[in-house]
Amino acid sequence: MNNFAYARAGDVADAVRRIAADPAAKFIAGGTNLIDLMKENVARPSLLIDITQLPLSRVEDTKDGGLRIGTLVPNSDLAYHPQIEARYPLLASAILAGASPQLRNMASTGGNLLQRTRCMYFYDTTTPCNKRTPGSGCSALEGINRMHAILGTSQHCIATHPSDMCVALAALEARVLAAGSGGERSIAFADFHRLPGDTPHVDSSLRADEIITAIELPPQGFADNYSYLKIRDRLSYAFALVSVAVGLEMNGDTIRQARLALGGVAHKPWRDRQAEAQLAGARATRESFLQAADVVLRDARGFGHNDFKIELARRAMVRALTQAARATPQSQADKRIR
Amino acid sequence: MAQGAAATRRPTQAIPVPGRMTVTLYVNGVERKLDIAPWTTLLDALRLHLDLTGTKKGCDHGQCGACTVLIDGRRINSCLTLAVMKEGARIVTVEGLAKGDALHPLQQAFIEHDAFQCGYCTSGQICSAVGLIAEGKARTADEIRELMSGNICRCGAYPNIVTAIDEVLSTKAAQKPREARP
Repeated sequence: MNNFAYARAGDVADAVRRIAADPAAKFIAGGTNLIDLMKENVARPSLLIDITQLPLSRVEDTKDGGLRIGTLVPNSDLAYHPQIEARYPLLASAILAGASPQLRNMASTGGNLLQRTRCMYFYDTTTPCNKRTPGSGCSALEGINRMHAILGTSQHCIATHPSDMCVALAALEARVLAAGSGGERSIAFADFHRLPGDTPHVDSSLRADEIITAIELPPQGFADNYSYLKIRDRLSYAFALVSVAVGLEMNGDTIRQARLALGGVAHKPWRDRQAEAQLAGARATRESFLQAADVVLRDARGFGHNDFKIELARRAMVRALTQAARATPQSQADKRIR
Repeated sequence: MAQGAAATRRPTQAIPVPGRMTVTLYVNGVERKLDIAPWTTLLDALRLHLDLTGTKKGCDHGQCGACTVLIDGRRINSCLTLAVMKEGARIVTVEGLAKGDALHPLQQAFIEHDAFQCGYCTSGQICSAVGLIAEGKARTADEIRELMSGNICRCGAYPNIVTAIDEVLSTKAAQKPREARP
């Protein structure tokens, strides 16, 4: 770890002032990803601005009937929050599918959005990586790319976003509230994370002088028909090969509205509105689910080791849609697939 | 190779070292004042500055759970925690679990059920299990396994670890009526 200075932010304005004054400074809350990146010399901040004393730890109702989640709410508190369990069980399930109890106790809501890829070349400072060192090349393209993306890739980067929570937030159409030198703004979740293109070192649309203050959930939580299915190399405490978040609004066995987002397959949580539109009005059958999966995967491309993810994603989507339609969501406790 | 690297290395005279900081922690009920650099992890503060070596450094990257301690009653990975961020926190390590010569029920259960082989992960396993029981989310063996997945045991003592934790959970449950499952 490099030597760095440390400061505690007194309020949000103070936090913004400090980060705006030093381009090499970073905010720290849970630290579960940043400290690890610092130990690997991937992150070398000049200054850590501790934001854990800011009053951003509340979960409260919004005027439109949704929920506002303060950026410092720990992942575990959010997963077990009575309002989240009852109204947004898809989010609770996705959070509990990620990391370990210790890490969920530490990790913050905002930090979960800002965690960086676990691409091994990004972590290995002896190898080229356009995300870590722009212009140096992508080692994963021709390297060991079993964990890597199959959708929305570019010739410069095939890394995936590692979060489970964010896959559910994408499906739920959350919004990200941010404060910066230019004031406050609200960012649609679909516009928060970005595709790599030719600037893979930029993970999100958050500006350098901005801090996430909260996440807002709209009223519709799909609490009756949902599932978060995560496929990985071991049953717990591993990143997704493929994960699927599904929320359905059912009318008998006909789908009125569908939300479908994938994790482990792209540089951002992958949501496909065309597939969702195709599911709306369709009967909840294996054929409808397969057709929707084909739409999602129409431009999917493997890079050798990860070719299997295309078929895995197809099957995982059909399974998760079936679980949601039958109201038998994937259990994150025993992991048995029903 | 080493010579070549040394020859190209620049002199290190001009690296600025930011000041050390004072932080007060309440470790196992005792107030401890530390004068440390901001990049000192809680794990290193415990082991190197306070000589509390019961907490182990396994991977040092939050992947193994050997460094698990309790902060204000919650289990966390001390290797991914900066000590300066925990001003005033109440920290419990494996050294703080026994009451005099009376072992914590989990320590006793780990011995009785032979829930370890080399023992390196054990203090983390036990601190994690203390946190798990306090959280109150695990009721079945499946749930214990899932909610203990942040603690890796290289010797593979998992079946006996689950048995030991299950026994303490069941004893607790027998002492006070269980809440109905939702």
